[in-house]
Amino acid sequence: MSGPGVRTSATAPAGPALRVQRATIASRVGLVGGLLAVAVLAAGPLWALDSALRTLIGFFTLLALAQMWNLLAGYAGLVSIGQQAYVGLGAYGLLYLADTRGLNLFLSVLVAGLVGALVAVPTAVLAFRLRGGYFAIGTWVIAEVYRLIISNVSQLGGGSGLTLRAASQFDRTARLFATYELALAVGVGAVVLTYVLLRRRLGLALTAIRDAETSAQSLGVHVYRTKFLVYLVAAFGCSVTGAVIYLNLLRIQPEAAFSVNWTAFMIFIVVIGGVGTIEGPIIGTIVFFVLQETLSRYGAWYLVLLGAVAVLVTLLARRGLWGLVADRTGWSLFPVQRRLEER
Amino acid sequence: MTWLNDVVQGLLLGGLYALFATGLSLMFGVMRLVNLAHGDLSIVAAFIALAIVDAVPVNPLWTVLVVVPLMFGVGYLLQRGLLNFTLRGADPLPPVLVTFGLSIILQNLLLESFSADSQGLDAGRIEDASIRLSDRLAIGWFPLLTLLVAIGVLVGLQLVISRTRLGRAFRATSDDPQAARLMGIDNRHLFAVATGIALATVAVAGLFLGIRTTFTPSVGPTRLIFAFEAVIIGGLGSLWGTLLGGLVLGVAQTLGAQLSPGWGVLAGHLVFLAVLAFRPAGLLGKPVPAQ
Repeated sequence: MSGPGVRTSATAPAGPALRVQRATIASRVGLVGGLLAVAVLAAGPLWALDSALRTLIGFFTLLALAQMWNLLAGYAGLVSIGQQAYVGLGAYGLLYLADTRGLNLFLSVLVAGLVGALVAVPTAVLAFRLRGGYFAIGTWVIAEVYRLIISNVSQLGGGSGLTLRAASQFDRTARLFATYELALAVGVGAVVLTYVLLRRRLGLALTAIRDAETSAQSLGVHVYRTKFLVYLVAAFGCSVTGAVIYLNLLRIQPEAAFSVNWTAFMIFIVVIGGVGTIEGPIIGTIVFFVLQETLSRYGAWYLVLLGAVAVLVTLLARRGLWGLVADRTGWSLFPVQRRLEER
Repeated sequence: MTWLNDVVQGLLLGGLYALFATGLSLMFGVMRLVNLAHGDLSIVAAFIALAIVDAVPVNPLWTVLVVVPLMFGVGYLLQRGLLNFTLRGADPLPPVLVTFGLSIILQNLLLESFSADSQGLDAGRIEDASIRLSDRLAIGWFPLLTLLVAIGVLVGLQLVISRTRLGRAFRATSDDPQAARLMGIDNRHLFAVATGIALATVAVAGLFLGIRTTFTPSVGPTRLIFAFEAVIIGGLGSLWGTLLGGLVLGVAQTLGAQLSPGWGVLAGHLVFLAVLAFRPAGLLGKPVPAQ
């Protein structure tokens, strides 16, 4: 298995020598630019206002959620409308571990992610019995089940929720900076994780399944196991992100933490940016934030517009904004495919 | 005896759920399309009825004469103008994304037009009238009417599917859309008729819901979820299964709510999950061939 940017030679029996090209010029430029951007962003507490840091926390966490939904729907064909289950479980996992169990606050974020992944196992076993649109509603129902169960647990605040007390041991600025770095880590982590997974065997398996599920299976690709693994990864990612979101918000309430709006935003971001591309959710999150800042005061009309854009993009520009860019320029910042080129 | 009353009330409630589920079941059966805006469209129908009752002082039950044909038309145009375009190719994403987007659009358009206030349709005396069978057991006329209408709609639909040319075309397309097209069936038109019929049944369901309880622009997804559970509990591809699924769901919710007020809806979800775990083809569904 070759790492990023490494050229692997393939032996061709005759004719011109060929090599498998896994990096592109755009991806090399993108890698350098991306590393610089991450470095600048990581130094955010040095140059940005607190309000800007809060906006960026929102940005990075939504990027992470969207990238996870993209991995599910865009690569594994698992169109879930129940990812809010993991946002909520991450939030309540954090609350339980940090406040009730007294675990270190930041370690709790990670463990909350593992809790989400653990809960995802029985969830997947049940939800995978459904397909397509019914899978979508099925995951939604299961998210509702978790919401209703937690609403009935009075130790976790029942229906009215609780405030994360463990966070008050840190002073405001330190907590903001730490939350910011965590949010940056989940945002960048989600992109890197998706990229790395797709460049490995898993990526090949997913591509094969997407193109022809039955043929892939007959060639020895474990379709069920592959999709199961992707579902667990996305559950882990959304749970960690949910924990970070509520580390920022502090006030946890079941209706909000398990709101289907989380998934609606993920869907909107991924669809408009470009489903099935790693660049898409990044572009989509930027567009989403710009729209939110400029149009959210229109309330319901803003959401009507979001819905209409999602419908139109799905029907008319299936691969979203990044698809339009990539078709014109051939750019690929995160190349996961293997191209054959003459040496 | 209270449990007997709960079961009876649950069965009556289940009639409403079956009514909601019929259209979902039909659309999936004919064209494998799951309409995530299903619940919201029923709420649209309820708001149309509300607007009519506000303008003309009639009993909301009469609005069925306007709302049902109207929603048939909406369904026909929706399918031809939008949903048919999501069914090209085997990609599972477009139908889910487009109908989910539609759901968000409808909810927010209703919110803009009618505000977030709870609304209700007042059908007059029939809402309170009941048949007293004993001190503990009474059957409301209106819930009974709902159940009978649900059964009527299902029987009617079953007759259409098994006895008419249209039904034959539905079955043929369901079995093999390519072959059906070669035999001269226009899929685009046929799908549009199916969605039209589905929305006509959804309109009746929305109307009965509006009379039975209050509604707001945001309750559509809950209706979708209950309809979906009824379909899965009963078994895909079986209209009688859908009726049974609705009844089972209604009874589960009513009995669950008796245990603790917070557990009604959850009990319904748990029955659904139990069916998924132990009888994935549903109570009356054909076993799914191994994939």
